[in-house]
Amino acid sequence: MHILAASSFDTGLFFQQIENGITLGAIYALVALGYTMVYGIIELINFAHGDVFMWSTIVTLSVAQALHIDHVLGGFALVGTLLLLLIVGILTSGGLNVLIERVAYRPLRRAPRLIPLISAIGVSFILENVAQLWKTANVIAYPVFFPTNAITIGSLTITYLDIFIFVLAVALMVGLNVFTNRTKMGRAMRATAQDPEAAALMGVNINQTISLTFLIGGALAGAAGVVYSMYASSVYFLSGFQLGLIAFTAAVLGGIGNIQGAVLGGFLIGIIEALATQYVPNGLAWSQGVAFAILILILIFRPSGLLGQQVPDKV
Amino acid sequence: MAMLELQNVDTFYGPSQVLRQVSLSVEQGEIVTLLGANAAGKTTTMKTIFGLVKPRNGTIVYDGERIDHLPTDQIIKRGLVLVPEARRVFSRMTVRENLDMGAYMQTDRATIAKEIERVYTLFPRLKERDKQLAGTLSGGEQQMLAIGRALVARPRMICMDEPSLGLSPILVQLVFDTIQEIRKSGVTVFLVEQNANMALNIADRGYVLQTGKIILSDKASALITNDVVRAAYLGG
Repeated sequence: MHILAASSFDTGLFFQQIENGITLGAIYALVALGYTMVYGIIELINFAHGDVFMWSTIVTLSVAQALHIDHVLGGFALVGTLLLLLIVGILTSGGLNVLIERVAYRPLRRAPRLIPLISAIGVSFILENVAQLWKTANVIAYPVFFPTNAITIGSLTITYLDIFIFVLAVALMVGLNVFTNRTKMGRAMRATAQDPEAAALMGVNINQTISLTFLIGGALAGAAGVVYSMYASSVYFLSGFQLGLIAFTAAVLGGIGNIQGAVLGGFLIGIIEALATQYVPNGLAWSQGVAFAILILILIFRPSGLLGQQVPDKV
Repeated sequence: MAMLELQNVDTFYGPSQVLRQVSLSVEQGEIVTLLGANAAGKTTTMKTIFGLVKPRNGTIVYDGERIDHLPTDQIIKRGLVLVPEARRVFSRMTVRENLDMGAYMQTDRATIAKEIERVYTLFPRLKERDKQLAGTLSGGEQQMLAIGRALVARPRMICMDEPSLGLSPILVQLVFDTIQEIRKSGVTVFLVEQNANMALNIADRGYVLQTGKIILSDKASALITNDVVRAAYLGG
């Protein structure tokens, strides 16, 4: 509130940053969901998750390049391109995440918890290095094919792309919510997250359920990868490392394992980062430092997060 | 032919052997009880039957088929279900959702609705708390829910691991009455209990497990008067 008290305070700028933060936050939330769902079910911080997100950005870039998409589209061409890239991104990250679980985590499921964590870090390096080999260590431009128009409300500018990102993210979150709460498979997933042994005793196939969790978490990161590339109009082999850490912070802020928490945490971190960019002196340089300062503060003062952790019951 | 038969089962946790050459059988329609002190291996016996721990040696046959290499969900699919120790209800789910989980193997909605209604008739408390989170129920209510959750799976045989543990005498009576009802409906019952007196009163036969070995097996009526059992489990 002291910000509002400042004499030269520009409310227009303030709301513009809130709007930027919401767009960024929607992307963080989609990625944070993957961290939180995986942690909720096998208590593993999937360190490779950010890189799973990044692989959606580089694979969809290649598809866009192969189709010679290099100008703003409209009508069916736009809808078709969006659908194609989203499907490719979702399949890439969803499939990759399932594969990683199968190869790098499942054989270690009964090992001490540090062991799969090290495996996750190893997978992260592999994904980054292969991406670097393929796409070089340069920042590569992502084609701008989405209309760059915007609507203005007073001094507030909202681009069509921001609206698209927000609507897509919310639609995916609502879909996830319906799936986990209203379907039999979603219920089995929640049961497995609470007590895998008891869920198996109901007849749930635990391995399949864990694969499904990785598939959904990866798919959400894949969708995020497509819209993030469009938003940043660039692709970089380490983008998943930075964004992944921020999304992880969002998941911890909301309460790890808690699906609603990841969404809340994602939007909050996005907004805080945007405001920090504006109001912290030399803010752009500090914006990510702010995210990690938040992570440290939560871990000290409220380790269970804003909405509470949801981890498997201890028997 | 026995409904469930364990032959020479050895189970280990890491290097330490918990079950030693355990052999037992349960005939169709029987109530059989497995008695034993704390840490005798009763819960391990249950976990081994359900594939939650794999036996190192021996065989487990259910309904004429070996199940000792099957994953847990495949065993459940065959109509053998467990009411686990400490109830293990899904605490962050409602009573109704817990029962829906029990019916996970059922595909026919009408049957599921009918089975849940039957459980609600058996335990009206659960119906009153239909939308309440299972974690907020009392211990007795959670036990009813755990039993109800097993019943909606429409089992042919039900195993129960200490269903009376931590319950008031009235609820213990209710649980044992329910077990007899379950048997009357044609379901075979294998019951692990510390409350030997109650268990032997409703059981047909019993086994006594001591440090991982079966040391006694007989008709329940004979075990009640057996000196060893009286001294160790019935308070003299």
